[in-house]
Amino acid sequence: MDRIPILKLRNLLLVTIQVDMHDRLALQLQDELTQRINETGARGVLIDISALDIVDSFIGRMIANIAAMARVLDADTVVVGMQPAVAITLVELGLTLPGVRTALNVDRGMALLETNADAPTDSNEANARFSD
Amino acid sequence: MPVFRTERLELRSSSDVVHVRQKVRTWAVEAGFSLVDQTKMVTAASELARNTIDYGGGGAVSLELIEEGSRRGLRVAFEDQGPGIADIDKALTDHYTTGNGLGLGLGGARRLVNEFDIRSRVGEGTRVVITRWK
Repeated sequence: MDRIPILKLRNLLLVTIQVDMHDRLALQLQDELTQRINETGARGVLIDISALDIVDSFIGRMIANIAAMARVLDADTVVVGMQPAVAITLVELGLTLPGVRTALNVDRGMALLETNADAPTDSNEANARFSD
Repeated sequence: MPVFRTERLELRSSSDVVHVRQKVRTWAVEAGFSLVDQTKMVTAASELARNTIDYGGGGAVSLELIEEGSRRGLRVAFEDQGPGIADIDKALTDHYTTGNGLGLGLGGARRLVNEFDIRSRVGEGTRVVITRWK
């Protein structure tokens, strides 16, 4: 069965989605990624979707779920490399990705996550909400 | 309306959704669609194929390469013999879902195509037909 590899780069995890994802594979990725965040203590997750030629609401929901789970595990998620045609289609479909940040490519995504790791404002806010 | 080619595929499992996406992509390229139009049609087909499986209990999809006057188009029909939809207007409303999805499938798919037709009878099934012209 296919697997989506998860690479560790310093304190980040990089996931490059290169296959046309069927549903089971998407769910398996959620499980494995949260496991890896837990094991490695990664502060950020980069999801490279430059090879995906569509993002439908199922894949969108999977990405939003990963971001929400990562957030609870104290890691930020950045989606990088969305193709222009996919971006246009997503907006017309009406899909928003709450809590998911995006960057044009892996380099800019890494820069964004590294800035975040130095200034842990988001996680403090999240903790403050929990203690309210 | 001249129909150049038709093909029918079964929709039973989530791997069939991937197969439908690939087939719609190939046909959209053959119909001469731009990359953005291909992407819209494939995305709409992906949403509807998943609905057929998740809510209709599986069914079938038919593709047609069509021509009207000088324009070419791609028409894709999704059919199931599932429980049907009691309130179609409600089902087309964004963020309304009876399952655990985002409730964007039907309304979103309608926005991505030029023509959208849905017929459903409770207890008999649902048929959704989408068309996009070049």
